[in-house]
Amino acid sequence: MAVIKLQRPKLGPGEAIYLTALAKGFFLTLSHAVKSLLGKSMGAKDLASSGLGVTMQYPEQTWDDHLPEYYRGAPALVTDEQGRERCVSCQLCEFICPPKAIRIIPAEIPSDDPWAKVEKRPAAFDIDMLRCIYCGMCEEVCPEQAIFLRKDYVITGLNRKEMVHHKDKLYQIGGVRTGLVNKWNELK
Amino acid sequence: MLIIILKIVVLTFCVVLPLVPVAVFFERRFCAVIQDRVGPNRVGIPLTLFGFKKDCSIFGIGGLIQPVADGIKLFLKEDFTPQHVRKVFYWLAPALTLAPALITACVIPFGTDVTLFGHTEKLVIADIDIGPLFIFSIASLTVYGIAIAGWASNSKFPFLGGVRSTAQMISYEIALGLSLIPVLLYFGELNLSAIVQQQADHGWLLLPLWGHDAAHPLTEKLLFWFPAAVSFLIFTVSIFAETNRMPFDFPECETELVGGYHTEYSSMKFAMFFMGEYAAMVIGSALIVTVFLGGWSLGFGTDAWIAKLNIAGFGVGGLLHLGIFLAKVLAFILFFILVRWTIPRFRYDQLMKLGWVIFFEAALVNVFLAALIVAAPHLQGAIIAVGALLLIAVTAAIIWVARVSEIKPQILRA
Amino acid sequence: MSDTPSATIPITLPKDLAAAMGRVNVQINGQWHHFPKATRMIEACRQVQVAVPHYCYHPKLTPSGNCRMCLVQIGMPPRPAPGQQPQRDALGYEPITWSPRAVIACANTVSENMGICTTSELVESCQAGVMEFLLINHPLDCPICDQAGECRLQENALGHGRGVSRFVDRKVKKPKNVTIGPRVRLDDERCILCSRCIRFMDEVAGEPVLGFTQRGTHTTLSVHPGRLLDSNYSLNTVDLCPVGALTASDFRFHMRVWFLKETPTIDVNCGTGTNITVWTRENTIHRITPRRNNDVNSDWMPDSHRLNFHYIDSSSRLTDPLAKAGNHHRQATWAEALQIIAPQLKAIAAPAIAIIASGRMTNEELFLTRLLAQQLGTPHLALVPRFAAPDALLIAADRNPNTTGAKLVLQSADPYAGLDAIRSAVRAGTIKALLVFGEDLISDAGFATADLTKLEFLLQTHLLANPTADAAHLVLPAAAFTEKRGSMVNLTGRLQRLNRATALPGQARDDWEILRDLTHVFTGAAAAPAQIDEVFAQLAATIPAFAGLSLATISPAGIPLLDTGHSIPLLDTERARTAAGRING
Repeated sequence: MAVIKLQRPKLGPGEAIYLTALAKGFFLTLSHAVKSLLGKSMGAKDLASSGLGVTMQYPEQTWDDHLPEYYRGAPALVTDEQGRERCVSCQLCEFICPPKAIRIIPAEIPSDDPWAKVEKRPAAFDIDMLRCIYCGMCEEVCPEQAIFLRKDYVITGLNRKEMVHHKDKLYQIGGVRTGLVNKWNELK
Repeated sequence: MLIIILKIVVLTFCVVLPLVPVAVFFERRFCAVIQDRVGPNRVGIPLTLFGFKKDCSIFGIGGLIQPVADGIKLFLKEDFTPQHVRKVFYWLAPALTLAPALITACVIPFGTDVTLFGHTEKLVIADIDIGPLFIFSIASLTVYGIAIAGWASNSKFPFLGGVRSTAQMISYEIALGLSLIPVLLYFGELNLSAIVQQQADHGWLLLPLWGHDAAHPLTEKLLFWFPAAVSFLIFTVSIFAETNRMPFDFPECETELVGGYHTEYSSMKFAMFFMGEYAAMVIGSALIVTVFLGGWSLGFGTDAWIAKLNIAGFGVGGLLHLGIFLAKVLAFILFFILVRWTIPRFRYDQLMKLGWVIFFEAALVNVFLAALIVAAPHLQGAIIAVGALLLIAVTAAIIWVARVSEIKPQILRA
Repeated sequence: MSDTPSATIPITLPKDLAAAMGRVNVQINGQWHHFPKATRMIEACRQVQVAVPHYCYHPKLTPSGNCRMCLVQIGMPPRPAPGQQPQRDALGYEPITWSPRAVIACANTVSENMGICTTSELVESCQAGVMEFLLINHPLDCPICDQAGECRLQENALGHGRGVSRFVDRKVKKPKNVTIGPRVRLDDERCILCSRCIRFMDEVAGEPVLGFTQRGTHTTLSVHPGRLLDSNYSLNTVDLCPVGALTASDFRFHMRVWFLKETPTIDVNCGTGTNITVWTRENTIHRITPRRNNDVNSDWMPDSHRLNFHYIDSSSRLTDPLAKAGNHHRQATWAEALQIIAPQLKAIAAPAIAIIASGRMTNEELFLTRLLAQQLGTPHLALVPRFAAPDALLIAADRNPNTTGAKLVLQSADPYAGLDAIRSAVRAGTIKALLVFGEDLISDAGFATADLTKLEFLLQTHLLANPTADAAHLVLPAAAFTEKRGSMVNLTGRLQRLNRATALPGQARDDWEILRDLTHVFTGAAAAPAQIDEVFAQLAATIPAFAGLSLATISPAGIPLLDTGHSIPLLDTERARTAAGRING
């Protein structure tokens, strides 16, 4: 067994009474504070600081331009370039959702619908944004490329009801997404 | 009589108590700055609620009203009394913590005289001749509040917090008292107003650079600077321990004890602990400033001129001194905060060792050293030499005993 | 090799044990077992918990061997040269020479000293190959397929498939979403041509309307021209279908099966007491499927019984006690409702009170009804009969599920006998108060509205709004069969247990609790017993037939309590087919 014995460093008389160390510490903290006050904190520029520390003053300045590609905001449903709602209500997202935020009521597509051959779509698709933890599992599990986590993060409401995103709202956030696999086109 | 009540009301409730929220605000903003944050910067007076066009923020600094908002929040919170507490003591404890801290304010000299309508009044509530002793006796009552809170909460974390606090305060009380003795020896005075006046005339204890005369020669003042500095160090550290501030905040260190002795408290009762703590910090700063840093004095011989300042029959010199005093206190509070973010929390045994093994002995030796320096002009050279030798011998012995008695860590073999 | 059992051969080796019992020794995956002769290999494997993937095999149907999924490797002992003694190991088994070809396990039977291997490389590559062929034309529309989650194709693709497709050609297109019957939809693209549904309709339901048309990859399952899959047993084909080719119109797109909770209970639509599984999610019943019980319903159930659960969630469900106020009813609390009863009944002499109970009540409820009758001192207690034509399979003539139980609990040879007397007494005005439990007198018991208006007090417990409730002075909301726990005895004399699958709506209460509270209305005693198990214990202590039993110990398959001589036609047919060796189950 490789046991490395570490010896505590021997302290000189100056170090032993800590006073110089304390003074050094005060100086360090104070100089950092001054830097912060002058807006010269490390990373202040990258984080679009408002001038004090590295903080961005939220409602006036927003993150929108700085969101990374992989940002996980509000989950939303998308339609494709053919105007088809991609969700077929397979309920896998409802199943995988760790906080059980998703509720789907499936329904059959009526035979006079142009996409009747897809057979199934959600009659209701609710995501309770009070429950959603933005984990992205729904997007990962979706076999139809129908649900995506968008960059919307300002989800507000005055009561619990308002915080439930219904199907319309989800499609409104999601919008049209192009370049997805259109496997249903090949179906008879 | 009326004038005393007026002084109590004005100095306690218009000077010391407002310092508490201000200290809290300073703490929050300064902490934020140290941590590259902004801190509370938005709360202003919400004039728009009353039909004005713009909210008002004092001095253009947003967030200055934050303490008021905090206070309102604490007032409006549910005052919850758990079922299992001992009600009477549970209710008594917050008051017992806050009251002593405020009472000690009565002997602090806030400034020189103020003349109003030909009536001259000192800016101190009780100009008594036992100032420091009064402060020690009252301030040590704070520990009852904490101990009772810990016990009455009938819950393990508050109890541990209370026990720790008691042990800690008792340990540092001794060093606190002993470290002040050299200062009192030097001034030959127990009246804090007189002590400050003397510092204004002949140089602050830690900055003795003006006002030399036959009774106060420069050499003696400079010689006394060393014991004064040692006293200052011990006194300051002990005040930190007394006020339960970082790095000695054991009674409420959240990593170990949740909230410490006030875990079971909410709303205004919690706020009273909170205020008591900050009031103790303010009073501690005020005491240090008063004793070591010249109190209300601006220094360099300017004080006599300021004291005589008179505008249209009003002696406003006292008010200017009050301002200087408050500035010094606030600067020291900033130092408190700086310490908080620089020095990590001690271990409990380190705290006890520091109190009993180092500060107690150092303060004791310092008393004799100071006595020797103060008495030296009146003694023969031989006696001074013997005294100095004895002191060195005793110091060496104490250090040796401390070293020998230290428990050597056992090496654990795997 | 000696296949014939003979008492003359001394049992010295383990292998002789089987011969002495008339069985054969078979090595399955290296372990020796013995089975009765003519056991199919797949059945032998199942008995020793060795899984053989399969689609077309079903123990209740004749094997057709057309899915090829159950391929296993077999081996036999080498044939000894003339005069040569077979080699045997220490246990008496001969060495096995493994065949280089795989055979299907469903259509072949075991024989002496046979070896079966289900895990060899050969078997695994065969299974992967079969899976690949099956998936070639499969549409892979699992997201919209109701079968997803209980699909054999999904399970076996995961367990034995390749994972990726090598198929680059166009898939064969077949009819999708075809309505082949009033209750069943067909998706031919998903069909793997296992022919289970065809064989079921032919062999069990006796209406061979399904068949394959076309050839090769274009083979299509279809219904006979001019016919529909409209048998009352058509939904069993949906259960049988290993993939999503046949789906139930009633359950289609309602809920994914992985959300559903399964509760084993029994059907209450006829005296057979079909064993069922109730599939629920959050208090909503989504479907009911038959549960295998070879002494009651085999694997099947009629559609009419299976689909008869929608009333439980319907809008006409009663959720609050209703007390008559003038011409209409007002909602009341239970405390109010119970307070109404005592003064009403006390004013009426005991012989003028009658109780009409239901053959749909559990034994416990009937027992409490009997106690209530005893307490009231009334001799008038009758059940409402419910007879209709039986079918040749599972549906019994007696549509009350617990007639046998009623006979036992009420200790009467014909619990329906008194109903006519009560009816005429009501008409004559000699019966002034009527307590009706779980029955609608006007629709089912031959009462007229005018009869009921003559009554001074009419109390009804029911779960749905009904004409009798309209006339009743007090209506108490009761529980549906999926909301109850309790026991029933079916026509063959088998004691079976109902289990609670869903919670009661609103203020509705379990029937036995209502009856218990009614017995306490007069005495004002505390509500005891608190649990239905205690009611059953009282019942077991009172009625000799139930002696020694408790509600919790009734197994999911039930307990044969007595022999009533009644037999279920479907089981007779099945036994005959088993005896003929056509099926193995």
